[in-house]
Amino acid sequence: MKRLHLERLANPQLLALVAVLLINWLLFPNFFRIAWQDGRLFGSMIDVINRGAPVAILAIGMTGVIATKGVDLSVGAIMAVCGAVAATMVVAGYPTPIAVIAALAVGLACGLWNGFLVAVLDIQPIIATLVLMVAGRGIAQLITEGSIVTFNDPALVYLGTGSFFGFPMAAVIALVLMIVVTLLVRRTAIGLFIQAIGVNRAAASLAGIHSRMLLMLVYALSGFCAAIAGIVVAADIRGADANNSGLWLELDAILAVVIGGTSLLGGKFSIPLAVVGALIIQAMNTGILVSGFRPEFNLIVKAGMIILILMLQSPLLGNAIGFFKRDPKQANSR
Amino acid sequence: MTATWEDIVTIISKLAIAASLVTALTSVSFAQENLKGLTIGFSQIGSESGWRAAETSVTKQQAEALGIDLKFADAQQKQENQIKALRGFIAQGVDAILVAPVVATGWEDVLSEAKEAEIPVILLDRGVDAPEDLYLTSVASDQVKEGRVAGDWLVGAVGDADCKIVELQGTVGSTPAINRKKGFEEAIAGHANLTIARSQTGDFTRAKGKEVMEGFIKAENGGADICAVYAHNDDMAVGAIQAIKDAGLKPGTDIKVVSIDGVPDIFQAMVAGEANASVELTPNMAGPAFAALSAYLADGTAPAKFIITESKLYTPKDNPQGEYDTRKGLGY
Repeated sequence: MKRLHLERLANPQLLALVAVLLINWLLFPNFFRIAWQDGRLFGSMIDVINRGAPVAILAIGMTGVIATKGVDLSVGAIMAVCGAVAATMVVAGYPTPIAVIAALAVGLACGLWNGFLVAVLDIQPIIATLVLMVAGRGIAQLITEGSIVTFNDPALVYLGTGSFFGFPMAAVIALVLMIVVTLLVRRTAIGLFIQAIGVNRAAASLAGIHSRMLLMLVYALSGFCAAIAGIVVAADIRGADANNSGLWLELDAILAVVIGGTSLLGGKFSIPLAVVGALIIQAMNTGILVSGFRPEFNLIVKAGMIILILMLQSPLLGNAIGFFKRDPKQANSR
Repeated sequence: MTATWEDIVTIISKLAIAASLVTALTSVSFAQENLKGLTIGFSQIGSESGWRAAETSVTKQQAEALGIDLKFADAQQKQENQIKALRGFIAQGVDAILVAPVVATGWEDVLSEAKEAEIPVILLDRGVDAPEDLYLTSVASDQVKEGRVAGDWLVGAVGDADCKIVELQGTVGSTPAINRKKGFEEAIAGHANLTIARSQTGDFTRAKGKEVMEGFIKAENGGADICAVYAHNDDMAVGAIQAIKDAGLKPGTDIKVVSIDGVPDIFQAMVAGEANASVELTPNMAGPAFAALSAYLADGTAPAKFIITESKLYTPKDNPQGEYDTRKGLGY
């Protein structure tokens, strides 16, 4: 039993994360040094989980969407909209909980809109969510009137920069969300239904699955996650930046999901591994920052690493490794 | 009775004009009376940044103060919209056109049409790759000089002490990032005690500025080795200030903060003692443009082909609260 458990841990995603962290450590020997400062943990590893949190939160919602063979391009724009809603409301004097609930409701509504386009009107997900991706940033700019809405509301700021037993609040939010959503889909039949839709929607519907409702649900969840990420990012910089908040993060979220082993063709998904994928991306980003590479190399280094990670996951290479692994183990057990 | 009444009206209107000229920004050096009543088209790129929004509102203010009927067209980042707007202005027969070109290429045709219609065109903020005789003048800032002014300030501020600088660059490959880096490096070149220890891109955004600064602080002995941060724009500096505070250090004291743009939030940081200097990229490109146009229309004086705006340095001594208050309403 114990061996089985260890083998499950030794999946390509975790190995890749460890490898990236080790490379960071080689480039910057103090990478794993963590200090206690002003009532919070302080160190590069803490930066990785803190800065990786927004993409991880997006990836949690994105996993469900991709598992149904869809994609949600609008999450970055929804982040901008929801951050703008929360910021302008606290600046206008509304109590923080109301502002946060309103922002979450807006995110949910955006997600339901995407779900409606995909599930009811049967529009291709990439086109359906492209609508909000383009329009959403405009809506956010309308809300903020083109400027960065700066706020100092302590409760809202806490969501982005606070700490919970020394851990950054953003990371704690991402962890809780990951556990809740994973339990929701894995301890009920919802996960199986989502996979069924991803494999073959028509067959799933014929088998009695309410595919429309479930599709609405996964897009709504994605919008809701984007709202959380948008609030966290705005709270972190104490301002809603409609032009830049969440810009291109939809691509990072999709990448995190894919690194996490979820198939873009639907049917197979893992939420915790998508979060690991987000951490891998952020570990690379943080590593580049502390290593002192020139910025011109950032994208090249990232692209190289990602190609390597995806190659490690390719079935061809997996089979080859499995082939070499199999023999000695079988010999041992006999 | 009627004569007196008319006198009063004249006096009031004269007072109003005088007042509006006083309130107009300082670059309106003389009355430019000949612009009054003219129709001028203004094709703006869009409102992608706070600075752009401020440029739009300052231009509108200036036009109002001078009695110009300003036709405003927002191109929403598309050159085709700008070309359409310019053709619209030409068809309407406006007296002059201001354009902030979104890209440098592809302007020859529409600028030639404006020239044929004898409508002077003034470029704001950015240049174009077109023959110089197709436009009256271009008003822009000198980005290399902005970097140099920031560097000169730091050289003066640290004196002979050793100073390890970290640099937050703009978007990799963008013209302002290249030029502001170049100018700063020129300014510190002769001073061996100033060295740029680390330089990374913060993409001109607050969030990335904060993230990159966090990385720099970890990499430089918890921030203890960093003497100053130079950010290519104020937004990244604001993010860096938050990262410095999160690391338990005092921005402005433990780590000096110098940046470029002069947006309201950096003046707020100066009021709090958290920022040391910012080089202004003035949103008032229209002021010099209207002055050049006025001189040209009066007696055909051809203005310099490239009018460079002032790159003024602001420090906490320059009434940051007042600067914040005057800028806050401009839409930054």
